[in-house]
Amino acid sequence: MYIVQVLVNGILLGGIYAGIGLGMSLILGIVKLTNLAHGEYIIMGAFLSSILTTALGIDPLLTLFVSVPTMFFFGYALQRVLINHGMKRGAEPALLVTFGISIILKDGMLMLFTPDARHVATSYSNSVVTVAGIDISLLNIILLIVCAVFIFVLKRFLEKTDIGRAIRATADDTEAAQLSGINVAHTFAIAMGIATAASAVAGTCVSMKWTFYPTSGGEYLLIAFVVVVISGLGDICGTLLAGVMFGLMQVIGGASYGRLISYIFLIVILVFNPRELMGRFLRDRRERSLSKKEVKADE
Amino acid sequence: MSSTLLQFDNVSVKYGDFTAVSDVTMSFFEGSIIGLIGTNGAGKTSLMNAAMGLTPISSGKVSIAGEDITKVPVEKKLDYGMCLVPQGGHCFNRMSVQDNLLVGGISSKAKHGRDAKSMRSDNLEKVYDLFPILKEKANVPAGSLSGGQRQMVAIGRALMSSPKIILFDELSLGLAPVVVKDIYATIKKINETERTTIILIEQDTNRVLSMTDYAYIMLKGKVALEGDSDSLDPEEVKKAYFGI
Repeated sequence: MYIVQVLVNGILLGGIYAGIGLGMSLILGIVKLTNLAHGEYIIMGAFLSSILTTALGIDPLLTLFVSVPTMFFFGYALQRVLINHGMKRGAEPALLVTFGISIILKDGMLMLFTPDARHVATSYSNSVVTVAGIDISLLNIILLIVCAVFIFVLKRFLEKTDIGRAIRATADDTEAAQLSGINVAHTFAIAMGIATAASAVAGTCVSMKWTFYPTSGGEYLLIAFVVVVISGLGDICGTLLAGVMFGLMQVIGGASYGRLISYIFLIVILVFNPRELMGRFLRDRRERSLSKKEVKADE
Repeated sequence: MSSTLLQFDNVSVKYGDFTAVSDVTMSFFEGSIIGLIGTNGAGKTSLMNAAMGLTPISSGKVSIAGEDITKVPVEKKLDYGMCLVPQGGHCFNRMSVQDNLLVGGISSKAKHGRDAKSMRSDNLEKVYDLFPILKEKANVPAGSLSGGQRQMVAIGRALMSSPKIILFDELSLGLAPVVVKDIYATIKKINETERTTIILIEQDTNRVLSMTDYAYIMLKGKVALEGDSDSLDPEEVKKAYFGI
Protein backbone atom coordinates (compact mmCIF):
# COMPACT_ATOMS: atom_id res chain seq x y z
CA MET A 1 0.00 0.00 0.00
CA TYR A 2 2.88 2.33 0.85
CA ILE A 3 4.37 1.83 -2.61
CA VAL A 4 1.05 2.67 -4.28
CA GLN A 5 0.78 5.78 -2.10
CA VAL A 6 4.28 6.88 -3.14
CA LEU A 7 3.51 6.23 -6.82
CA VAL A 8 0.29 8.24 -6.69
CA ASN A 9 1.97 11.15 -4.90
CA GLY A 10 4.87 11.11 -7.37
CA ILE A 11 2.60 11.06 -10.42
CA LEU A 12 0.50 13.93 -9.07
CA LEU A 13 3.56 16.02 -8.22
CA GLY A 14 4.95 15.25 -11.67
CA GLY A 15 2.14 17.19 -13.32
CA ILE A 16 3.41 20.42 -11.76
CA TYR A 17 7.01 19.62 -12.72
CA ALA A 18 5.85 19.05 -16.29
CA GLY A 19 4.21 22.49 -16.23
CA ILE A 20 7.45 24.01 -14.93
CA GLY A 21 9.49 22.39 -17.72
CA LEU A 22 7.03 22.97 -20.57
CA GLY A 23 7.96 26.59 -21.42
CA MET A 24 11.68 25.82 -21.31
CA SER A 25 11.21 22.77 -23.55
CA LEU A 26 9.26 24.78 -26.13
CA ILE A 27 11.81 27.57 -26.31
CA LEU A 28 14.79 25.24 -26.51
CA GLY A 29 13.05 23.08 -29.12
CA ILE A 30 11.66 25.87 -31.31
CA VAL A 31 13.80 28.99 -30.85
CA LYS A 32 16.94 26.97 -29.93
CA LEU A 33 17.47 29.40 -27.07
CA THR A 34 18.36 28.65 -23.45
CA ASN A 35 16.05 31.02 -21.65
CA LEU A 36 17.74 31.84 -18.34
CA ALA A 37 14.76 34.03 -17.36
CA HIS A 38 12.37 31.04 -17.38
CA GLY A 39 12.38 30.74 -13.58
CA GLU A 40 11.57 34.45 -13.20
CA TYR A 41 8.65 34.10 -15.66
CA ILE A 42 7.24 31.37 -13.39
CA ILE A 43 7.63 33.57 -10.30
CA MET A 44 6.00 36.47 -12.20
CA GLY A 45 3.10 34.12 -12.93
CA ALA A 46 2.95 33.21 -9.25
CA PHE A 47 2.88 36.87 -8.19
CA LEU A 48 0.21 37.68 -10.80
CA SER A 49 -1.89 34.84 -9.44
CA SER A 50 -1.34 35.99 -5.84
CA ILE A 51 -2.20 39.65 -6.59
CA LEU A 52 -5.31 38.85 -8.63
CA THR A 53 -6.58 36.31 -6.09
CA THR A 54 -6.25 38.87 -3.27
CA ALA A 55 -7.65 41.78 -5.30
CA LEU A 56 -10.61 39.99 -6.86
CA GLY A 57 -11.29 37.41 -4.18
CA ILE A 58 -11.55 34.61 -6.72
CA ASP A 59 -10.10 31.09 -6.95
CA PRO A 60 -6.43 31.30 -8.06
CA LEU A 61 -7.13 29.03 -11.02
CA LEU A 62 -9.58 31.61 -12.40
CA THR A 63 -6.75 34.16 -12.45
CA LEU A 64 -5.31 32.13 -15.36
CA PHE A 65 -7.86 33.82 -17.65
CA VAL A 66 -5.97 37.08 -17.00
CA SER A 67 -2.41 35.90 -16.32
CA VAL A 68 -2.10 33.59 -19.37
CA PRO A 69 -2.89 36.29 -22.00
CA THR A 70 -0.93 38.92 -20.04
CA MET A 71 2.16 36.72 -19.90
CA PHE A 72 1.72 35.76 -23.57
CA PHE A 73 1.94 39.40 -24.66
CA PHE A 74 4.80 40.04 -22.24
CA GLY A 75 6.78 37.13 -23.71
CA TYR A 76 5.89 38.10 -27.30
CA ALA A 77 7.08 41.69 -26.75
CA LEU A 78 10.31 40.64 -25.02
CA GLN A 79 11.21 38.28 -27.87
CA ARG A 80 10.29 40.77 -30.60
CA VAL A 81 11.93 43.82 -29.03
CA LEU A 82 14.95 42.35 -27.24
CA ILE A 83 15.80 38.70 -27.75
CA ASN A 84 15.39 38.53 -31.55
CA HIS A 85 17.99 41.30 -31.86
CA GLY A 86 20.37 39.35 -29.61
CA MET A 87 19.79 36.20 -31.69
CA LYS A 88 20.88 37.99 -34.87
CA ARG A 89 24.34 38.22 -33.30
CA GLY A 90 24.50 34.55 -32.29
CA ALA A 91 23.52 32.19 -29.49
CA GLU A 92 25.77 33.71 -26.79
CA PRO A 93 24.45 37.31 -27.01
CA ALA A 94 20.87 35.98 -26.89
CA LEU A 95 21.75 33.90 -23.81
CA LEU A 96 23.19 36.99 -22.16
CA VAL A 97 20.04 38.96 -23.01
CA THR A 98 17.90 36.36 -21.19
CA PHE A 99 20.36 36.49 -18.25
CA GLY A 100 19.92 40.28 -18.18
CA ILE A 101 16.12 39.92 -18.32
CA SER A 102 16.32 37.43 -15.43
CA ILE A 103 18.29 39.92 -13.25
CA ILE A 104 15.98 42.84 -14.11
CA LEU A 105 12.84 40.81 -13.39
CA LYS A 106 14.26 39.42 -10.12
CA ASP A 107 15.30 42.87 -8.84
CA GLY A 108 12.08 44.42 -10.11
CA MET A 109 10.01 41.87 -8.17
CA LEU A 110 12.20 42.40 -5.08
CA MET A 111 11.50 46.13 -5.24
CA LEU A 112 7.80 45.69 -5.83
CA PHE A 113 6.97 42.78 -3.55
CA THR A 114 9.81 42.69 -0.90
CA PRO A 115 11.75 39.44 -0.28
CA ASP A 116 8.97 37.98 1.89
CA ALA A 117 7.75 34.48 1.09
CA ARG A 118 4.19 34.18 -0.21
CA HIS A 119 1.67 31.42 -0.71
CA VAL A 120 -1.80 31.33 -2.21
CA ALA A 121 -4.11 29.30 -0.02
CA THR A 122 -7.51 27.96 -1.06
CA SER A 123 -10.34 26.16 0.70
CA TYR A 124 -9.09 22.88 -0.80
CA SER A 125 -5.37 23.41 -0.17
CA ASN A 126 -5.25 20.81 2.59
CA SER A 127 -8.16 18.61 1.51
CA VAL A 128 -7.46 14.92 1.13
CA VAL A 129 -9.48 12.37 -0.80
CA THR A 130 -9.18 8.73 0.31
CA VAL A 131 -9.57 6.14 -2.45
CA ALA A 132 -9.11 2.43 -1.58
CA GLY A 133 -7.08 3.34 1.45
CA ILE A 134 -4.80 5.74 -0.43
CA ASP A 135 -4.75 9.40 0.63
CA ILE A 136 -4.68 11.74 -2.32
CA SER A 137 -4.22 15.50 -2.04
CA LEU A 138 -7.14 17.22 -3.80
CA LEU A 139 -4.89 20.18 -4.65
CA ASN A 140 -2.37 17.88 -6.36
CA ILE A 141 -5.15 16.23 -8.40
CA ILE A 142 -6.45 19.63 -9.52
CA LEU A 143 -2.98 20.93 -10.42
CA LEU A 144 -2.17 17.76 -12.38
CA ILE A 145 -5.44 18.17 -14.32
CA VAL A 146 -4.68 21.86 -15.00
CA CYS A 147 -1.19 21.09 -16.32
CA ALA A 148 -2.34 18.04 -18.32
CA VAL A 149 -5.21 20.01 -19.91
CA PHE A 150 -2.85 22.87 -20.82
CA ILE A 151 -0.36 20.42 -22.33
CA PHE A 152 -3.13 18.65 -24.28
CA VAL A 153 -4.57 21.94 -25.61
CA LEU A 154 -1.11 23.17 -26.57
CA LYS A 155 -0.33 19.90 -28.37
CA ARG A 156 -3.58 20.12 -30.37
CA PHE A 157 -2.87 23.79 -31.12
CA LEU A 158 0.60 22.99 -32.48
CA GLU A 159 -0.73 20.06 -34.55
CA LYS A 160 -3.95 21.46 -35.95
CA THR A 161 -3.52 25.19 -36.53
CA ASP A 162 -1.51 27.11 -39.12
CA ILE A 163 0.35 29.01 -36.40
CA GLY A 164 1.22 25.66 -34.82
CA ARG A 165 2.44 24.30 -38.17
CA ALA A 166 4.47 27.47 -38.73
CA ILE A 167 6.05 27.07 -35.28
CA ARG A 168 6.91 23.39 -35.91
CA ALA A 169 8.23 24.17 -39.39
CA THR A 170 10.45 26.95 -38.04
CA ALA A 171 11.75 24.61 -35.34
CA ASP A 172 12.55 21.99 -37.99
CA ASP A 173 14.26 24.13 -40.66
CA THR A 174 14.35 27.92 -40.29
CA GLU A 175 15.53 28.62 -43.85
CA ALA A 176 12.91 26.37 -45.45
CA ALA A 177 10.27 28.01 -43.25
CA GLN A 178 11.32 31.44 -44.53
CA LEU A 179 11.16 30.15 -48.10
CA SER A 180 7.60 28.98 -47.35
CA GLY A 181 6.62 32.54 -46.47
CA ILE A 182 6.86 32.24 -42.68
CA ASN A 183 8.02 35.34 -40.79
CA VAL A 184 10.54 33.74 -38.45
CA ALA A 185 10.88 36.73 -36.08
CA HIS A 186 7.10 36.77 -35.55
CA THR A 187 6.96 32.97 -35.16
CA PHE A 188 9.76 33.00 -32.55
CA ALA A 189 7.89 35.73 -30.67
CA ILE A 190 4.66 33.69 -30.71
CA ALA A 191 6.60 30.65 -29.43
CA MET A 192 8.07 32.77 -26.62
CA GLY A 193 4.58 34.11 -25.89
CA ILE A 194 3.25 30.55 -25.58
CA ALA A 195 6.22 29.57 -23.37
CA THR A 196 5.65 32.51 -21.01
CA ALA A 197 1.91 31.72 -20.98
CA ALA A 198 2.89 28.18 -19.93
CA SER A 199 5.03 29.78 -17.21
CA ALA A 200 1.92 31.62 -15.99
CA VAL A 201 0.17 28.26 -15.58
CA ALA A 202 3.22 26.82 -13.83
CA GLY A 203 3.48 29.94 -11.65
CA THR A 204 -0.13 29.63 -10.51
CA CYS A 205 0.49 25.97 -9.62
CA VAL A 206 3.69 26.92 -7.75
CA SER A 207 1.87 29.68 -5.82
CA MET A 208 -0.82 27.20 -4.73
CA LYS A 209 1.53 24.33 -3.91
CA TRP A 210 4.60 25.93 -2.32
CA THR A 211 5.79 29.23 -0.90
CA PHE A 212 7.59 31.51 -3.32
CA TYR A 213 9.56 34.74 -3.22
CA PRO A 214 11.17 37.01 -5.86
CA THR A 215 14.51 35.18 -5.81
CA SER A 216 13.20 31.61 -6.04
CA GLY A 217 13.19 31.57 -9.86
CA GLY A 218 16.56 29.80 -10.04
CA GLU A 219 15.13 26.79 -8.24
CA TYR A 220 12.45 26.36 -10.92
CA LEU A 221 14.90 27.02 -13.74
CA LEU A 222 16.90 24.02 -12.49
CA ILE A 223 13.80 21.81 -12.33
CA ALA A 224 12.89 22.92 -15.87
CA PHE A 225 16.36 21.98 -17.12
CA VAL A 226 16.07 18.50 -15.59
CA VAL A 227 12.61 17.93 -17.11
CA VAL A 228 13.84 19.09 -20.53
CA VAL A 229 16.90 16.84 -20.43
CA ILE A 230 14.76 13.80 -19.52
CA SER A 231 12.00 14.57 -22.03
CA GLY A 232 13.87 15.83 -25.06
CA LEU A 233 13.61 19.22 -26.70
CA GLY A 234 10.15 20.35 -27.71
CA ASP A 235 8.49 17.00 -27.01
CA ILE A 236 5.34 18.07 -25.24
CA CYS A 237 4.03 14.64 -24.20
CA GLY A 238 7.57 13.71 -23.22
CA THR A 239 7.56 16.73 -20.89
CA LEU A 240 4.55 15.32 -19.04
CA LEU A 241 6.18 11.88 -18.68
CA ALA A 242 9.51 13.42 -17.63
CA GLY A 243 7.72 15.54 -15.04
CA VAL A 244 6.05 12.43 -13.64
CA MET A 245 9.39 10.57 -13.49
CA PHE A 246 11.03 13.52 -11.76
CA GLY A 247 8.10 13.73 -9.35
CA LEU A 248 8.38 10.01 -8.55
CA MET A 249 12.09 10.36 -7.76
CA GLN A 250 11.34 13.30 -5.47
CA VAL A 251 8.67 11.38 -3.56
CA ILE A 252 10.74 8.20 -3.34
CA GLY A 253 13.65 10.18 -1.87
CA GLY A 254 11.37 12.04 0.53
CA ALA A 255 12.11 15.45 2.02
CA SER A 256 15.72 14.58 2.86
CA TYR A 257 16.94 12.80 -0.28
CA GLY A 258 14.34 13.75 -2.92
CA ARG A 259 16.53 16.25 -4.75
CA LEU A 260 19.63 14.06 -4.43
CA ILE A 261 17.89 11.02 -5.93
CA SER A 262 16.34 13.15 -8.72
CA TYR A 263 19.71 14.49 -9.80
CA ILE A 264 21.36 11.06 -9.54
CA PHE A 265 18.54 9.85 -11.82
CA LEU A 266 19.35 12.69 -14.21
CA ILE A 267 23.03 11.69 -14.26
CA VAL A 268 22.04 8.06 -14.91
CA ILE A 269 19.98 9.22 -17.89
CA LEU A 270 22.80 11.38 -19.22
CA VAL A 271 25.28 8.52 -18.91
CA PHE A 272 23.16 5.68 -20.27
CA ASN A 273 20.85 7.49 -22.64
CA PRO A 274 21.95 10.96 -23.60
CA ARG A 275 19.65 10.95 -26.62
CA GLU A 276 16.69 12.19 -24.63
CA LEU A 277 15.13 9.10 -23.14
CA MET A 278 11.49 10.05 -23.35
CA GLY A 279 11.61 11.88 -26.67
CA ARG A 280 13.30 8.93 -28.36
CA PHE A 281 10.91 6.43 -26.80
CA LEU A 282 7.89 8.37 -28.03
CA ARG A 283 9.36 8.98 -31.47
CA ASP A 284 10.21 5.29 -31.87
CA ARG A 285 6.70 4.32 -30.81
CA ARG A 286 5.19 6.80 -33.25
CA GLU A 287 7.37 5.55 -36.11
CA ARG A 288 6.56 1.91 -35.26
CA SER A 289 2.84 2.62 -35.37
CA LEU A 290 3.23 4.51 -38.66
CA SER A 291 5.20 1.71 -40.29
CA LYS A 292 2.58 -0.80 -39.09
CA LYS A 293 -0.08 1.32 -40.78
CA GLU A 294 2.01 1.41 -43.96
CA VAL A 295 2.43 -2.37 -43.96
CA LYS A 296 -1.33 -2.77 -43.56
CA ALA A 297 -1.91 -0.30 -46.41
CA ASP A 298 0.54 -2.21 -48.62
CA GLU A 299 -1.27 -5.47 -47.88
CA MET B 1 6.42 36.94 -77.42
CA SER B 2 5.96 36.59 -73.65
CA SER B 3 6.74 39.48 -71.36
CA THR B 4 9.63 39.50 -68.90
CA LEU B 5 8.54 38.19 -65.52
CA LEU B 6 11.81 38.20 -63.58
CA GLN B 7 14.68 40.51 -64.36
CA PHE B 8 18.20 40.76 -62.89
CA ASP B 9 20.02 44.03 -63.64
CA ASN B 10 23.78 44.12 -62.97
CA VAL B 11 23.44 41.92 -59.88
CA SER B 12 26.58 41.29 -57.80
CA VAL B 13 26.91 39.12 -54.70
CA LYS B 14 29.92 39.24 -52.38
CA TYR B 15 30.95 37.19 -49.36
CA GLY B 16 33.44 39.49 -47.68
CA ASP B 17 36.20 40.11 -50.25
CA PHE B 18 35.13 37.19 -52.45
CA THR B 19 32.86 38.03 -55.38
CA ALA B 20 30.52 35.08 -56.05
CA VAL B 21 28.37 36.81 -58.69
CA SER B 22 29.63 39.72 -60.74
CA ASP B 23 27.44 42.18 -62.66
CA VAL B 24 24.92 39.63 -63.96
CA THR B 25 21.99 40.70 -66.11
CA MET B 26 19.31 38.12 -66.97
CA SER B 27 15.69 38.10 -68.17
CA PHE B 28 13.20 35.32 -67.50
CA PHE B 29 10.12 35.26 -69.69
CA GLU B 30 6.65 34.46 -68.45
CA GLY B 31 5.57 30.84 -68.98
CA SER B 32 8.97 29.66 -70.16
CA ILE B 33 11.49 27.15 -68.81
CA ILE B 34 14.93 28.64 -68.40
CA GLY B 35 18.11 26.80 -67.53
CA LEU B 36 20.94 28.15 -65.44
CA ILE B 37 23.94 25.90 -65.97
CA GLY B 38 27.40 25.90 -64.51
CA THR B 39 30.00 23.94 -62.61
CA ASN B 40 30.37 24.00 -58.82
CA GLY B 41 31.26 27.51 -57.71
CA ALA B 42 29.95 29.16 -60.87
CA GLY B 43 27.65 31.36 -58.75
CA LYS B 44 24.27 29.83 -59.71
CA THR B 45 23.05 29.13 -56.17
CA SER B 46 24.45 32.42 -54.85
CA LEU B 47 22.56 34.30 -57.56
CA MET B 48 19.28 32.53 -56.83
CA ASN B 49 19.68 32.82 -53.05
CA ALA B 50 20.31 36.54 -53.52
CA ALA B 51 17.25 36.87 -55.73
CA MET B 52 15.18 35.20 -53.01
CA GLY B 53 16.66 37.39 -50.27
CA LEU B 54 18.56 34.61 -48.48
CA THR B 55 21.88 36.29 -49.33
CA PRO B 56 22.26 40.10 -49.51
CA ILE B 57 22.78 41.65 -52.94
CA SER B 58 25.90 43.86 -53.04
CA SER B 59 24.74 45.87 -56.04
CA GLY B 60 22.17 45.69 -58.82
CA LYS B 61 18.44 45.23 -59.00
CA VAL B 62 15.97 42.33 -59.03
CA SER B 63 12.47 43.03 -60.31
CA ILE B 64 9.39 40.91 -60.89
CA ALA B 65 6.79 42.09 -63.41
CA GLY B 66 8.52 45.47 -63.36
CA GLU B 67 8.35 45.85 -59.58
CA ASP B 68 11.63 46.26 -57.69
CA ILE B 69 11.93 43.44 -55.12
CA THR B 70 15.64 43.78 -54.33
CA LYS B 71 15.00 44.70 -50.70
CA VAL B 72 11.92 42.53 -50.15
CA PRO B 73 12.64 40.01 -47.34
CA VAL B 74 12.67 36.30 -48.19
CA GLU B 75 9.35 35.49 -46.47
CA LYS B 76 7.55 38.17 -48.53
CA LYS B 77 8.85 36.88 -51.88
CA LEU B 78 5.94 34.42 -52.10
CA ASP B 79 3.56 37.40 -52.12
CA TYR B 80 5.16 38.37 -55.44
CA GLY B 81 4.67 34.84 -56.77
CA MET B 82 8.34 33.84 -56.46
CA CYS B 83 9.36 30.57 -54.87
CA LEU B 84 12.59 28.58 -54.45
CA VAL B 85 12.94 24.82 -54.06
CA PRO B 86 16.38 24.66 -52.42
CA GLN B 87 19.09 22.04 -52.91
CA GLY B 88 18.04 18.81 -51.17
CA GLY B 89 14.43 19.98 -50.86
CA HIS B 90 14.71 20.96 -47.18
CA CYS B 91 11.55 19.19 -46.04
CA PHE B 92 10.34 19.61 -42.50
CA ASN B 93 11.45 16.12 -41.55
CA ARG B 94 9.59 15.79 -38.24
CA MET B 95 6.28 16.92 -39.77
CA SER B 96 3.89 14.77 -41.76
CA VAL B 97 3.79 15.02 -45.57
CA GLN B 98 0.39 16.74 -45.43
CA ASP B 99 1.60 19.26 -42.83
CA ASN B 100 4.63 20.01 -45.02
CA LEU B 101 2.31 20.80 -47.90
CA LEU B 102 -0.03 22.86 -45.75
CA VAL B 103 2.89 24.97 -44.53
CA GLY B 104 3.49 25.90 -48.17
CA GLY B 105 -0.02 27.33 -48.34
CA ILE B 106 0.13 29.46 -45.18
CA SER B 107 1.29 32.61 -46.97
CA SER B 108 -1.40 32.34 -49.67
CA LYS B 109 -3.99 31.93 -46.92
CA ALA B 110 -2.90 35.22 -45.38
CA LYS B 111 -3.05 36.88 -48.82
CA HIS B 112 -6.37 35.56 -50.07
CA GLY B 113 -8.40 35.77 -46.85
CA ARG B 114 -11.80 34.09 -47.12
CA ASP B 115 -11.18 32.27 -50.41
CA ALA B 116 -7.97 30.84 -49.03
CA LYS B 117 -9.49 27.69 -47.53
CA SER B 118 -10.97 26.45 -50.80
CA MET B 119 -7.89 27.60 -52.70
CA ARG B 120 -5.65 25.65 -50.37
CA SER B 121 -7.69 22.47 -50.58
CA ASP B 122 -7.76 22.83 -54.40
CA ASN B 123 -4.00 23.22 -54.45
CA LEU B 124 -3.59 20.24 -52.13
CA GLU B 125 -5.67 18.09 -54.49
CA LYS B 126 -3.60 19.29 -57.46
CA VAL B 127 -0.39 18.30 -55.66
CA TYR B 128 -1.84 14.89 -54.79
CA ASP B 129 -2.88 14.45 -58.46
CA LEU B 130 0.67 15.25 -59.57
CA PHE B 131 2.26 13.02 -56.93
CA PRO B 132 -0.24 10.29 -55.91
CA ILE B 133 2.38 8.66 -53.65
CA LEU B 134 2.23 11.72 -51.38
CA LYS B 135 -1.48 11.17 -50.77
CA GLU B 136 -0.74 7.59 -49.71
CA LYS B 137 1.94 8.85 -47.33
CA ALA B 138 0.06 11.95 -46.16
CA ASN B 139 0.44 11.10 -42.46
CA VAL B 140 4.00 9.77 -42.64
CA PRO B 141 6.84 12.02 -41.33
CA ALA B 142 8.64 13.56 -44.31
CA GLY B 143 11.99 12.50 -42.80
CA SER B 144 11.15 8.84 -43.35
CA LEU B 145 10.59 9.25 -47.14
CA SER B 146 13.08 8.44 -49.89
CA GLY B 147 15.13 11.23 -51.49
CA GLY B 148 12.87 11.36 -54.55
CA GLN B 149 9.72 11.49 -52.45
CA ARG B 150 11.21 14.29 -50.33
CA GLN B 151 11.84 16.26 -53.52
CA MET B 152 8.19 15.68 -54.45
CA VAL B 153 7.17 17.11 -51.06
CA ALA B 154 9.40 20.15 -51.64
CA ILE B 155 7.93 20.73 -55.11
CA GLY B 156 4.40 20.21 -53.78
CA ARG B 157 5.06 22.65 -50.95
CA ALA B 158 6.16 25.25 -53.50
CA LEU B 159 3.06 24.67 -55.63
CA MET B 160 0.77 25.21 -52.62
CA SER B 161 1.37 28.98 -52.83
CA SER B 162 0.27 29.12 -56.52
CA PRO B 163 3.57 30.73 -57.59
CA LYS B 164 4.15 32.52 -60.89
CA ILE B 165 7.79 31.46 -60.97
CA ILE B 166 9.61 28.56 -59.31
CA LEU B 167 13.39 28.30 -58.99
CA PHE B 168 14.63 24.71 -58.72
CA ASP B 169 18.13 24.44 -57.32
CA GLU B 170 19.86 21.21 -58.38
CA LEU B 171 16.82 18.96 -58.17
CA SER B 172 18.72 15.95 -59.46
CA LEU B 173 21.34 16.07 -56.70
CA GLY B 174 21.70 12.60 -55.12
CA LEU B 175 18.71 11.09 -56.92
CA ALA B 176 18.53 7.98 -59.10
CA PRO B 177 18.33 8.79 -62.86
CA VAL B 178 14.89 7.19 -63.18
CA VAL B 179 13.54 9.35 -60.34
CA VAL B 180 15.10 12.47 -61.87
CA LYS B 181 13.43 11.66 -65.20
CA ASP B 182 10.00 11.40 -63.53
CA ILE B 183 10.47 14.61 -61.57
CA TYR B 184 11.54 16.54 -64.67
CA ALA B 185 8.52 15.20 -66.55
CA THR B 186 6.31 16.53 -63.75
CA ILE B 187 8.01 19.93 -63.90
CA LYS B 188 7.32 20.09 -67.63
CA LYS B 189 3.70 19.25 -66.87
CA ILE B 190 3.48 22.03 -64.25
CA ASN B 191 4.83 24.50 -66.81
CA GLU B 192 2.36 23.38 -69.48
CA THR B 193 -0.78 23.22 -67.35
CA GLU B 194 -0.25 26.15 -64.96
CA ARG B 195 1.92 28.34 -67.23
CA THR B 196 4.32 28.63 -64.29
CA THR B 197 7.71 30.03 -65.21
CA ILE B 198 10.43 27.56 -64.28
CA ILE B 199 14.12 28.22 -63.65
CA LEU B 200 16.25 25.09 -63.51
CA ILE B 201 19.63 25.46 -61.87
CA GLU B 202 21.68 22.43 -62.81
CA GLN B 203 25.11 21.04 -63.63
CA ASP B 204 23.74 18.53 -66.15
CA THR B 205 24.01 20.49 -69.41
CA ASN B 206 22.36 17.95 -71.73
CA ARG B 207 19.31 17.42 -69.57
CA VAL B 208 18.71 21.15 -69.09
CA LEU B 209 19.23 22.08 -72.73
CA SER B 210 16.85 19.33 -73.84
CA MET B 211 13.94 20.61 -71.79
CA THR B 212 14.41 24.40 -71.53
CA ASP B 213 13.47 27.23 -73.89
CA TYR B 214 16.44 29.42 -73.01
CA ALA B 215 19.66 28.84 -71.12
CA TYR B 216 22.34 30.81 -69.32
CA ILE B 217 25.75 29.25 -68.75
CA MET B 218 27.62 30.73 -65.82
CA LEU B 219 31.34 30.62 -65.13
CA LYS B 220 33.15 32.21 -62.20
CA GLY B 221 30.19 34.41 -61.27
CA LYS B 222 29.54 35.74 -64.76
CA VAL B 223 27.31 34.82 -67.70
CA ALA B 224 29.67 33.05 -70.13
CA LEU B 225 27.04 32.16 -72.74
CA GLU B 226 23.31 32.55 -73.27
CA GLY B 227 20.79 31.76 -75.96
CA ASP B 228 17.82 29.66 -77.09
CA SER B 229 18.50 26.16 -75.81
CA ASP B 230 17.94 24.46 -79.16
CA SER B 231 20.25 26.82 -81.04
CA LEU B 232 23.26 26.76 -78.71
CA ASP B 233 26.34 25.21 -80.29
CA PRO B 234 27.52 22.21 -78.17
CA GLU B 235 31.17 23.19 -78.66
CA GLU B 236 30.53 26.73 -77.45
CA VAL B 237 28.54 25.35 -74.52
CA LYS B 238 31.46 23.10 -73.59
CA LYS B 239 33.91 26.03 -73.76
CA ALA B 240 31.64 28.29 -71.72
CA TYR B 241 30.93 25.57 -69.15
CA PHE B 242 34.55 24.61 -68.50
CA GLY B 243 36.13 27.98 -69.38
CA ILE B 244 38.45 26.50 -71.98
